[in-house]
Amino acid sequence: MYAVIVGGGKVGANVGRALLRMGHEVSIVEARPSRFATLESEFEHIARYGDGTEIFVLEAAGMARADVCIAVTGDDEDNIIIGQVARDHFGVENVVARVNDPRNQEHFDLLGVAPTVCATESILSLIEHEVPQHSLVHLFSLRRENLDIMEIGVVEESRADGAALADLTMPPGTLVISVLRNRVGRVAASDTVLAAGDQVVVIAEPGQESALMEIFASE
Amino acid sequence: MFVVVVGCGRVGAQVARGLVGDGHDVNVIDQNAEALQRLGGDFPGEFIQGVALETTVLEAAGIERADAFVAATNGDNTNLVIAQIARDRYQVQCVIVRVLDPARARFYEERGLVTVCPTRTAIDRMSEALRAFATADGEDA
Repeated sequence: MYAVIVGGGKVGANVGRALLRMGHEVSIVEARPSRFATLESEFEHIARYGDGTEIFVLEAAGMARADVCIAVTGDDEDNIIIGQVARDHFGVENVVARVNDPRNQEHFDLLGVAPTVCATESILSLIEHEVPQHSLVHLFSLRRENLDIMEIGVVEESRADGAALADLTMPPGTLVISVLRNRVGRVAASDTVLAAGDQVVVIAEPGQESALMEIFASE
Repeated sequence: MFVVVVGCGRVGAQVARGLVGDGHDVNVIDQNAEALQRLGGDFPGEFIQGVALETTVLEAAGIERADAFVAATNGDNTNLVIAQIARDRYQVQCVIVRVLDPARARFYEERGLVTVCPTRTAIDRMSEALRAFATADGEDA
């Protein structure tokens, strides 16, 4: 697989290292001279100097034959443009983009740059997972595939409390995949009986949150 | 008509003033408060200080009722992103975007944006002037 990484900061360099270890071919494009010098001393010819939002720079980096473009600069507008140019100008099938400011997520969605990764959102999800403030936590979104993975706390006296999974009528497009009890996770089976205090992990099509809350989190 | 202009530098400010002179309503966005000075003390429209990537800033400038939108910051990618937001999210009918890089200008022109590329204009005008000189020079000799 050939991956072109645009943005050679901590994220770009580490993704590059990991892909190289897995045996893939990689180029890392970096526009800042000082950062490029550091990259070049480690990655040699794999590091390429230039503004990765310029079409000729991406062309020289071989974007036309890339299997995946990874847009991970520190500027969201740059990552959006890189994603659009890679996909629509160079025909790259897989684009992964970094969202620096979570408020810009909606722009990535609007302009069709997906999937995206946002460190702030991931950290917030982890905090929610560790110290739940709400009974429903989004763990992971597969936006393009239209699927959400979320965690829901089972509330005492809810319909789920004391019910076996097989007897629970789930909303359409949702599935309980595992149950966390006392910090131990088990893959859900039809005879798993839920109890208040359990956390269930559900995979669902978007928009089912309130129906799920009704089953697991309403008394 | 009502126009929102983003970027109050040499280009944006003069476009905004010109539109006002023609009798149009214009609001201007720039992230730098000092850019307001370029509009002159008698500018009748609103000046909004803020980052145009933020929808709250665009909405404060009235993008939802704008007939036209001009993206003229000094960042090509910022201009291209906010122009697409204006067109695709707010359905602004006329969106004009300044892009310095001719290659990106052409690519987004093909994707339906009205791009203005000062670099392309400079290349064309300079080449034209030189060709005119070469032709005249050739005739003299």
